[in-house]
Amino acid sequence: MEYFIQQLVNGITLGSIYGLIAIGYTMVYGIIGMINFAHGDIFMIGAFVALISFIIFGLTGVALPVILLLVLLIAMLFTACYGWTVEKLAYKPLRGSFRLAPLISALGMSIVLQNYVQVAQGARVKPMQPLISGGLEFFKNSEFVVTVSYLQIFIVVLTVILMGIFTYLITKTDLGRAQRACEQDRTMTALLGINVDRTISITFIIGSSLASVAGMMFVLYYGVIDFYIGFLAGIKAFTAAVLGGIGSLPGAMLGGLLIGLIETFWGGYVSLEYKDVAAFSVLIVVLIFFPTGFLGKPDIEKV
Amino acid sequence: MEKKDIIQSVKDSLFTGIIALALFGPIVGLRTASKGEGLFITPQWGLVFILVGLCILGRFLINLNSARKTEFTFFSKFTSKLSSITEEKAKHLAITAILFAVVFPFLPFTDRYFMDVAIMILTYIMLGWGLNIVVGLAGLLDLGYVAFYAVGAYSYALIATTFGWSFWICLPLAGIFAAFFGILLGFPVLRLRGDYLAIVTLGFGEIIRIVLINWYEVTNGPDGITGIPRPSFFGLPFKRSPDEGEASFHTFFNLEYSTMHRIIFLYYLILVLALITNYFTLKIRKLPVGRAWEALREDEIACKSLGVNPTNTKLTAFAIGAMFGGFAGSFFATRQAFISPESFTFIESAIIVAIVVLGGMGSQTGVVLASIFLIGITEMFRDLEQFRMIAFGGAMVLIMVFKPKGILANRKPTIFMHGDKK
Repeated sequence: MEYFIQQLVNGITLGSIYGLIAIGYTMVYGIIGMINFAHGDIFMIGAFVALISFIIFGLTGVALPVILLLVLLIAMLFTACYGWTVEKLAYKPLRGSFRLAPLISALGMSIVLQNYVQVAQGARVKPMQPLISGGLEFFKNSEFVVTVSYLQIFIVVLTVILMGIFTYLITKTDLGRAQRACEQDRTMTALLGINVDRTISITFIIGSSLASVAGMMFVLYYGVIDFYIGFLAGIKAFTAAVLGGIGSLPGAMLGGLLIGLIETFWGGYVSLEYKDVAAFSVLIVVLIFFPTGFLGKPDIEKV
Repeated sequence: MEKKDIIQSVKDSLFTGIIALALFGPIVGLRTASKGEGLFITPQWGLVFILVGLCILGRFLINLNSARKTEFTFFSKFTSKLSSITEEKAKHLAITAILFAVVFPFLPFTDRYFMDVAIMILTYIMLGWGLNIVVGLAGLLDLGYVAFYAVGAYSYALIATTFGWSFWICLPLAGIFAAFFGILLGFPVLRLRGDYLAIVTLGFGEIIRIVLINWYEVTNGPDGITGIPRPSFFGLPFKRSPDEGEASFHTFFNLEYSTMHRIIFLYYLILVLALITNYFTLKIRKLPVGRAWEALREDEIACKSLGVNPTNTKLTAFAIGAMFGGFAGSFFATRQAFISPESFTFIESAIIVAIVVLGGMGSQTGVVLASIFLIGITEMFRDLEQFRMIAFGGAMVLIMVFKPKGILANRKPTIFMHGDKK
């Protein structure tokens, strides 16, 4: 039982990270209907920016909460620039062309970003000293002590806060309304005087910022990053988005949590080697019964 | 050009510069390096300023250019001309290309390096043609094609090393195994639409790779399988010193021993395999099942209402595509004599899909051009090892941006009603 709770805590933490990345996939898919393959690499760049700023601020000796806040903002800002540029360079010229063109462009962009970081930062893994240590211990009397580290609390709380802000942004503000309108019908939205290009750019900026937060969490949680982390995290987050129903924002978060939980439970109870297989197998099984994911809208085709 | 335009483009260029600074500043400018314990930062501001300067200059020149209304039309003009030439003289071109491919090993400038590159290009052409059946004809986006390539390679390697059967028996077996896997995957997932199918096939590719890494007893894990038998020339091995009482290729034909013999043989082997794939595709397009594929690609609902069973039709495309992937895989295994899961990563799938889409979906000639172009680019950057993948990805983006339908865009149905050619 204690072991189960420990895995649950670990799974929720991992799920938060996946969920934040998945939102970027699902938003972009919802608004322009493409799989943004470069999103995983945007997450990786976010992790690198966070790592670099942690090192810089680590030298100054500022208080920890201030460092965390500053790094968060810096990572969001710089990574958003990447998301914006990628959209401008690789996807915007392809708007309105056939379905596979942006996908190939995104694959190319993903290859470019990965190798660019490899060249610029070196191929070796980058370790970082843990910044937030310690935690709460439960069930001290039993055989297995459940530890909830402060870091895990930080990750989950930050995710919840960001999700709150994000939900408010999408449901209550003009920007969110414009975004949802673009999702439904881009031509009509443009006719009603909304700058569609700008809305799409902002979508990419929001998605990249959330991915960069996930990147920062990844650095803190695992303490090791390299230029290749974006690929696996990216396809898992995309799996999460599809599992929850692509295009649906609560679905992305739900899918992220599910993938995180499946992975940790599989790793904890069955076999560590095959935990990635578990995530993909669950996806295949789920899609057989729910062809549009858990919360996705059924796709109605008109003749 | 007016003064207003110049000011505008200067502003624009400066904005580009700011963005470029934000992009390159942290990632290029602050290089992390581990020294003893922990990481340290080595600044590289000079490089950042060069990159930012290049961006500003580039943006300014593009602005000047577009103000003069001379858009980047050269590339698209060139490719559309290419496309019309290839369409008009398709037969002559094909024959010329095949003739060139046949005499290629004996041309004076052909050396070992050229042959290796040519074999690699032909392997990708074959994979591209195989995937073209799935993506180009049937319109199913398969991002895990490398799984079938891997299944082919591993089944060839395992059969050949365990039973010692010859290449010519193992090759069809590997193809059948790969086709079987295609059906196995296709059966549950082919009801899914578009992008859902893409992610499931991607996941399948990863599953196969992870199983190959972890199933130590059979696949030998990350260490891979070594000592895969080389193919023989109809029973004559390519050995310098054949066993007692056995003839080898050079003794049988009274030739001086040379390692090139085997390379040339492998080259012809993959050439023939690729041409078989092409011939098969061209023929099957004209059969009912091939027409059903193209019809499904264009409109699934119309097909259903006309009594085409979409699942079975897609399944055949998937299985046949997988089979050719398996053939290519067994060729890969026999050429390398060593395979490991590292050769079957997602990037391979991405390259094959890129070849199909960049060539122009459904165009057989396009696959050839795209393979030569993409592999050629990575070979040109061979000395700049680190930059070759950047160049590769950049080329993918650029082709798509300037030519979204691929180099040769002819997505026309194979047949027309009453000779009604538009």
